[in-house]
Amino acid sequence: MESLIFFLEDAAPLLVLGLVNGAFYALLSLGLAVIFGMLNVINFTHGAQFMMGAFVAWMLLSWAGIGYWGALILAPLIVGAVGVLIEKTMISRLYKLDHLYGLLLTFGCALVIEGLFRNNFGVSGLPYAVPAELRGGIDLGFMFLPTYRGWVVLMAVVMCLLTWYVIEKTKVGSYLRAATERPQLVQAFGVNVPRMMTLTYGAGVALAAFAGVLAAPIYSVRPDMGASFIITVFAVVVIGGMGSIMGSIVTGFMLGFVQGVTELIYPPFAQTVVFFIMAIVLLTRPAGLFGRA
Amino acid sequence: MPEGMTAAANPAGQGTAMLEVRDLEAWYGESHVLHGVSLDIRQGEVVTLLGRNGAGKTTTLRAIMGLTGRRTGAIRFEGRETIALRPDLIARAGIAYCPEERGIFASLTVKENLMLPPTIAPGGLSVEEIHTLFPNLKEREGSQGTKLSGGEQQMLAIGRILRTGARLLLLDEPSEGLAPVIVQQIGVTIRKLKERGFTVLLVEQNFRFAQTVADRHYVMEHGRVVDMVANQDLAASMDRLHEYLGV
Ligand SMILES: Nc1ncnc2c1ncn2[C@@H]1O[C@H](COP(=O)(O)OP(=O)(O)OP(=O)(O)O)[C@@H](O)[C@H]1O
Ligand SMILES: [Mg+2]
Repeated sequence: MESLIFFLEDAAPLLVLGLVNGAFYALLSLGLAVIFGMLNVINFTHGAQFMMGAFVAWMLLSWAGIGYWGALILAPLIVGAVGVLIEKTMISRLYKLDHLYGLLLTFGCALVIEGLFRNNFGVSGLPYAVPAELRGGIDLGFMFLPTYRGWVVLMAVVMCLLTWYVIEKTKVGSYLRAATERPQLVQAFGVNVPRMMTLTYGAGVALAAFAGVLAAPIYSVRPDMGASFIITVFAVVVIGGMGSIMGSIVTGFMLGFVQGVTELIYPPFAQTVVFFIMAIVLLTRPAGLFGRA
Repeated sequence: MPEGMTAAANPAGQGTAMLEVRDLEAWYGESHVLHGVSLDIRQGEVVTLLGRNGAGKTTTLRAIMGLTGRRTGAIRFEGRETIALRPDLIARAGIAYCPEERGIFASLTVKENLMLPPTIAPGGLSVEEIHTLFPNLKEREGSQGTKLSGGEQQMLAIGRILRTGARLLLLDEPSEGLAPVIVQQIGVTIRKLKERGFTVLLVEQNFRFAQTVADRHYVMEHGRVVDMVANQDLAASMDRLHEYLGV
């Protein structure tokens, strides 16, 4: 019994860290899945849009005096609007072409956006404080849980469930699901599918920006913060199966947790474990754990 | 034949038709599929489009909905030119489309499939009326759309476009691959729809079925309308039709 408590004291912080990472993986891969399902585009700009969310939060605070709570709502709207602009002016022209073009375009956009931020803000991180209401922590007996980390996991769970609910259980969601299957027919029923695609892209991007605001107080606000995350997130997407909503949520949390456990057992392997799992999944279930082949 | 039939193709006369299609040409990418389709449908009529496989019947419906590639010619619906409109705006003008492959969505329940097409005008059937026409749809409301039998899927595909208030229905081979009882049920439905004032353009290969529901028949060959037969002249025109349809 005593040794279990000791073990938990060691293990808990790492598992929480894993869960926090998992929260970001889930939010980001969810956005990717929503975009891919509707637009058939793998949005390589996703990491840059996550980073933009954090930067917009920082700008709102430094330039306009708008704090964390305002940023949590405004930053996703602002970055989502930029996403709408990108879809309308560029991505929408590529739907008739091969997948690869959308991938190249969004990858190019990511490089341009990250370059712009690097030029203007440098590579060292900018600080963003945890909001006063969420400072401190909670003593759970076997561990000390920083309130903000608990908040991030909670928000991610709420946001993921909300997105899932909208897509699977509402009227708007039924348009989305139907248009994913047969966009032409849905349009022939009188639904403005091109506009729906634009708004879906905007919503997926807003989700990334929301994650970016959540991340700002934990990781410093840096131009490359998205790039380092997004590589793991793409592995998550491959493991979960492209386009599956619940799949990306569950896989995101699960892999964050697995990383935490690996950190505990054999730290050097923690950064690699996700890619190791990806290789195994690709060999045994190429469509992903939750993917429809 | 095509020259002599221009007059026959416009029995409704200029200006009185609900749908007027003139010299419609359509392409799928590089391939030129429709080579000048002309036809008229009056308000309240049930008109069929007959023709062999590959004659261009489906493409004609798709071109009316704006679902092919490039199109030229004229498509006037209730006096309004629709050839340059996007499919969703054509639908909102009052035309509903039931595709040959039925287009039931696997990721939607039966009920969600039924409720999917947005209402575009008042005057559509209520869900209760649709359930009275097709009781199976009510019983299987919660099932996944594609778990229905072929006949039930066809009922769902027709049922869902009756709600919207569209006045012209384009039905692509609703009898295809179905058991005789179900074909009969669909025939009853089409006659009821006609009584309710719906106008129907029906693509059919099942000539026996077509003659039980239609007022007139257009015959297509190689991407053109080549003949028109009123339903009451059908018996007299049998030889001609057999030749067109190769039956
Ligand atoms: N998506 C497409 N791309 C290129 N060609 C097509 C396409 N769809 C149909 N076609 C061609 O257009 C022609 C007309 O096809 P359509 O489907 O309109 O015929 P149909 O009269 O409906 O035949 P069926 O009775 O078999 O349904 C055919 O030669 C077909 O090969
Ligand atoms: Mg056809």
